[in-house]
Amino acid sequence: MADFTELLQEKKVTYKPGGCGKIYTDPDADRARLYFRDQKPRKMVEKTTTVGEAVKNLINNGDYIGVGGFGANRIPTAVLHEMVRQGKKNIGLAGHTATHDFQILVAGNCIDRCDIAYVVGLEARGLSKIARTAIESGAIDTTEWTNAALTWRYKAAAMGLSFLPVRCMLGTDTQKYSAAMEMECPFTGIKYLAVPALYPDVGIIHVHRADVYGNCQIDGIMVADSDLARAAKRLIITTERLVPNLVIRREPTKTVIPYYLVDAVIEVPFGSYPGNMAYEYFSDEDHLREWLKAENDPEDLAAFLKRYIYGVKDFNGYLDQIGGMTRLQELRYQENMVEK
Amino acid sequence: MDYNDMELMICLASRYLEDDSIVVVGTGAPCAAAMLAQKLYSPRLMIMFEAGGIGPLLPSMPISVGDSRTFYRALAASSMPEIMETCQRGLVDYTFLGGAQIDQYGNINSTMIGKDYKAPTVRFPGSGGANDLGSLCWKTMMITPQDQRRFTEKIDFVTTPGYLTGPGAREEAGLPPGSGPYKVITNLCVIGFDEQTKRMMVESMHPGITREKVIENTGFELLWAENVTASDPPKADELNVLRNEVDPYRYIIGRG
Repeated sequence: MADFTELLQEKKVTYKPGGCGKIYTDPDADRARLYFRDQKPRKMVEKTTTVGEAVKNLINNGDYIGVGGFGANRIPTAVLHEMVRQGKKNIGLAGHTATHDFQILVAGNCIDRCDIAYVVGLEARGLSKIARTAIESGAIDTTEWTNAALTWRYKAAAMGLSFLPVRCMLGTDTQKYSAAMEMECPFTGIKYLAVPALYPDVGIIHVHRADVYGNCQIDGIMVADSDLARAAKRLIITTERLVPNLVIRREPTKTVIPYYLVDAVIEVPFGSYPGNMAYEYFSDEDHLREWLKAENDPEDLAAFLKRYIYGVKDFNGYLDQIGGMTRLQELRYQENMVEK
Repeated sequence: MDYNDMELMICLASRYLEDDSIVVVGTGAPCAAAMLAQKLYSPRLMIMFEAGGIGPLLPSMPISVGDSRTFYRALAASSMPEIMETCQRGLVDYTFLGGAQIDQYGNINSTMIGKDYKAPTVRFPGSGGANDLGSLCWKTMMITPQDQRRFTEKIDFVTTPGYLTGPGAREEAGLPPGSGPYKVITNLCVIGFDEQTKRMMVESMHPGITREKVIENTGFELLWAENVTASDPPKADELNVLRNEVDPYRYIIGRG
């Protein structure tokens, strides 16, 4: 398992680990620049593919990933399911309010390390038993952070830097079990915590609309996805709708992810299901409850995963299993508060 | 007037949120308190959610702090860095937090139970945005049931800073000066923090609650204000709005 704390000490910088956690990704801004120079295509070419191909070609065993959205809101479910189906292993995860996304990847035994801000829980819905067990048993190596810390770690990377000074986490056990480091402002003497830039190997984001080149628009809150898209070395986009380039050009103020950040684009209608997709469909609370309930018994869970993930060919197969268009339409009414 | 513990706590909490101030809330009781405050006392209270929602006209209780209700007819649908940086700039007056354990300085544990971080007896979700909000907002409030297990001398993990080890500790750690825990609203009493010692100090007790009962349900020594008053119980209009407008499906108050 990569631990870049050692690599950094080799460079004989003044780094002395403040917290006792590991740095799972390389924060070095110079190496990131070389990667972006040599590996990121500038050519505006068609990047459409399938979820299966994108997962096969762009996510390797051992990679560290960042997942867009917020737990069960605007998440790239199709890619996560496909990772489980393809049996991806030893994946590192930025657990930045990772709720249903974390649950899916744990169910597939995909993860072996996690930067934790918020995992295990599904907010007001309760706790995921398998996620909890995976951490309590030590099956997943963890380093503690906070939502803001992970957001700012993405931001540092998006800015092309190796760290940012922040004012959270100080004085707590959260700091102690992180990999952050205390520092002093050279101008004011104010004490800060330096958090290392987070450049994930792969970012995976679900958006409202994208063109074939990967120009993306998101409606509603951005969460941390603007920075995640820029921090990620490779970026997979799933989109509710593929739209003509002209639709993007008509409202350029809405474009939050330009094509040169993107490596693959796939149209996945209802792609955040069972999560919420703002202005499109609400979260399927019944299905999320069914997930949590199935986790109470290993046999139930195996049957559940077979029915919804392993036993279906792709995401559309999953949508058929959950009740197809009839159910999805109900969720659309819920989202748009249409009285039926 | 009949009411349950949850209704009592939400009503009391709502009265602390001043008009023309900014509060970052999560789902559940804090959101209910902010909505109630907006409808009765502080119509210009600005509600924010950590995932990016700014000033929504909440049609109902959100399920997630990032679901579409948190920016329904909002002033802005922004981002998590936008909200967190607004907190860091010192613009956010109030926040509400919860947790599995809390100590006399208002330090909160929402990470794990156990002695060994690498082998927790029970793992909880972790900080999420709690540490950030507790570090960066001016006044941190809690709405929580009070018992020996929760109000404990030594918490297993300091997820979110209260006053840490006492006077001056937050500043020494590098946290923004002047921020910190403000009120803890429980099913038994309202607790503030003593200026000198930064320890929890009981300010008022709810109807029918005795000192003994409060002490029995606290795992550390509480301070007592010179004049411990009687908490003003929920009023008819508060309960009316809470039950019929804020939480008609009893998602939150049904737990009381």
